[in-house]
Amino acid sequence: MKLTNEELIEMYRLLLLTRKNDERINEIYARKGLPELPHSCMGEEAIAVGCTYKLRQDDYIIPSLRARGMFLVKGIPTKVMMAGAYGKRTGPARSLSTSHHMGDVSKGVMIGTGLIGSSLAVATGAALGLKDMGKDTVFVISFGDGASSQGDFYESLNLAVIWKLPVIFVCENNGYAISTTTARQMGVENVADKATGLGVPAVIVDGNDVMAVFEATQEAVARARKGEGPTLVECKTNRWRGHSENDRDAYRNSAEVEAMQRDCCVTRFEKHLLEKGILTPTLAAEIMQSVAQEIDEAVKFAEESPFPAPEEALRHVYAD
Amino acid sequence: MKEITYREAIREALAEEMRRDEKVFLLGEDIANYGGSFKVTLGLVEEFGTNRVKDTPLAESVIVGAAVGAAMIGMRPVPEIMFADFMVLVMDHIVNNAAKMTYMSDGEVSVPMVLRAAQGAGSGSGAHHCQSVEGWLMNIPGIKIVLPSTPYDAKGLMKAAIRDNNPVVFLEHKMLYATKGMIPEEEYVIELGKADVKREGSDVTVIAISAMAPKALKVAEVLAKEGISVEVIDPRTLKPLDTETLVKSVAKTKRALIVHEACLTGGPGAEIAAILAKEAFDYLDAPITRIGAPDTPVPFSPPMEKFFIPSEQRIMQGIKDLLG
Repeated sequence: MKLTNEELIEMYRLLLLTRKNDERINEIYARKGLPELPHSCMGEEAIAVGCTYKLRQDDYIIPSLRARGMFLVKGIPTKVMMAGAYGKRTGPARSLSTSHHMGDVSKGVMIGTGLIGSSLAVATGAALGLKDMGKDTVFVISFGDGASSQGDFYESLNLAVIWKLPVIFVCENNGYAISTTTARQMGVENVADKATGLGVPAVIVDGNDVMAVFEATQEAVARARKGEGPTLVECKTNRWRGHSENDRDAYRNSAEVEAMQRDCCVTRFEKHLLEKGILTPTLAAEIMQSVAQEIDEAVKFAEESPFPAPEEALRHVYAD
Repeated sequence: MKEITYREAIREALAEEMRRDEKVFLLGEDIANYGGSFKVTLGLVEEFGTNRVKDTPLAESVIVGAAVGAAMIGMRPVPEIMFADFMVLVMDHIVNNAAKMTYMSDGEVSVPMVLRAAQGAGSGSGAHHCQSVEGWLMNIPGIKIVLPSTPYDAKGLMKAAIRDNNPVVFLEHKMLYATKGMIPEEEYVIELGKADVKREGSDVTVIAISAMAPKALKVAEVLAKEGISVEVIDPRTLKPLDTETLVKSVAKTKRALIVHEACLTGGPGAEIAAILAKEAFDYLDAPITRIGAPDTPVPFSPPMEKFFIPSEQRIMQGIKDLLG
């Protein structure tokens, strides 16, 4: 898919928004300003933006624990996500769940779960439902390298390939599952190798190149819409911070982390657009200002919103 | 009225609901041409095709996980787990997905799924194919649990379960599949959450779950000749439980005995007993009695398996002990 200049600038803005939103949430959490434990996506923004950009409104996503940018790209307002991190009534589903797993049917966002790998089966089943309904809607689900060790990974990919289901499995391989490196996690070099072993077509891309992620995903989406079944898109990237903001990341040395941060996916894309003249320094500064303002407003909205009443915890255990 | 077996009654319910609503579909291991291990789904693939009667790989977790996803997107799946003992393989998808989606979406999303499984001992299938699992499930907020004991109940409850917008675990007892009963020719549905007084009586209330209900009825018939009047109640739905019917009965008889094939400790009888101890306290003339299987795995050897399953003798003795 060829993107217009406006669309490329929009992608850049979404990268920046994801980055700055993450920075701000980490900063607020550090001073104990909100209850939800952040799992920083810094360094990995290109995957979230690249695999979600230009999906249709009725296409579905389930973001991984870390791919917060997917919510923003799919249209969840920054302020709603922020209110969710604050546990406020104006958060998604009045903050009954942490914002990591929020859903919104109108925007094609399906609720996830805290159990790693579990959503792979749910996404596969949703794709089955979409196919049986005769739609050409697709399901994009992202997950980390650790999730590829879970039983549901194998069961889901297997079912998706034998039944030719329209699900795109996006693996954010940042080399770590909390403190466990991929070398200690799995017997093959790439998560893509596991997919290939099950018969699922797989590609490996530079996860820090938003256009590479975008193009690989779009190709997989096109295959899925035509009824050709699933694809696994493995995106190699780096996690800049600890697993969560409670993780002191002591198992990595600072030199390693500093090296990672020199390959910033946001800076890379900015540089690329500047070189092409699609972005100018003035426009870049305007976008930065607009993103900062959006986040400021989101924080204000979250701080001024009320908490849900305690008794609201008893609602909707059952559907009517 | 016509005579039908328990398995045929379930099959009829599935077929009728699949004709009524094209969103209803089945998935499970060997359920299509093979007809399922207990032949409940036999013949359905001929009428509905392989797209609505899907044979899955040997992968319980994704059978139920995928059913959850399909249900969330608007379909009405009826996944089958071959033996209820395998429920443990799908507990994440029941507990953390199916049971929680409506709550976590603040009511936006529902999971209209019916998970069928065959449970119970008596077929000599050993420790991993004979368990009764309703006790494991009662503690989960967000699901419904149904255990029919007759063909009539099986058909009506299955139709209601499929039409319910919540995840329902439908536990069929494998030793009841061949049992026969009368059902109406015309369509009928049995509301979930309603217990059935299967025999009226005045001396003792026997709350009998699943295959224990027909046993309790046989015991009641024998005791009637000795002048003991036993009221037998089949809860049919364990979650939500029809507490009102149970309490009303105990208010009349003053004595309660609960019998189930699940192991005694933490079994469904424990929850029912606690409810009765509170709600029927003023009516009780004797402590509440529970009869369950011993707290062991299900043994294979026939005389040991027979010892494991609560027998008519044990039920009869339990009633007599209650009456002093």
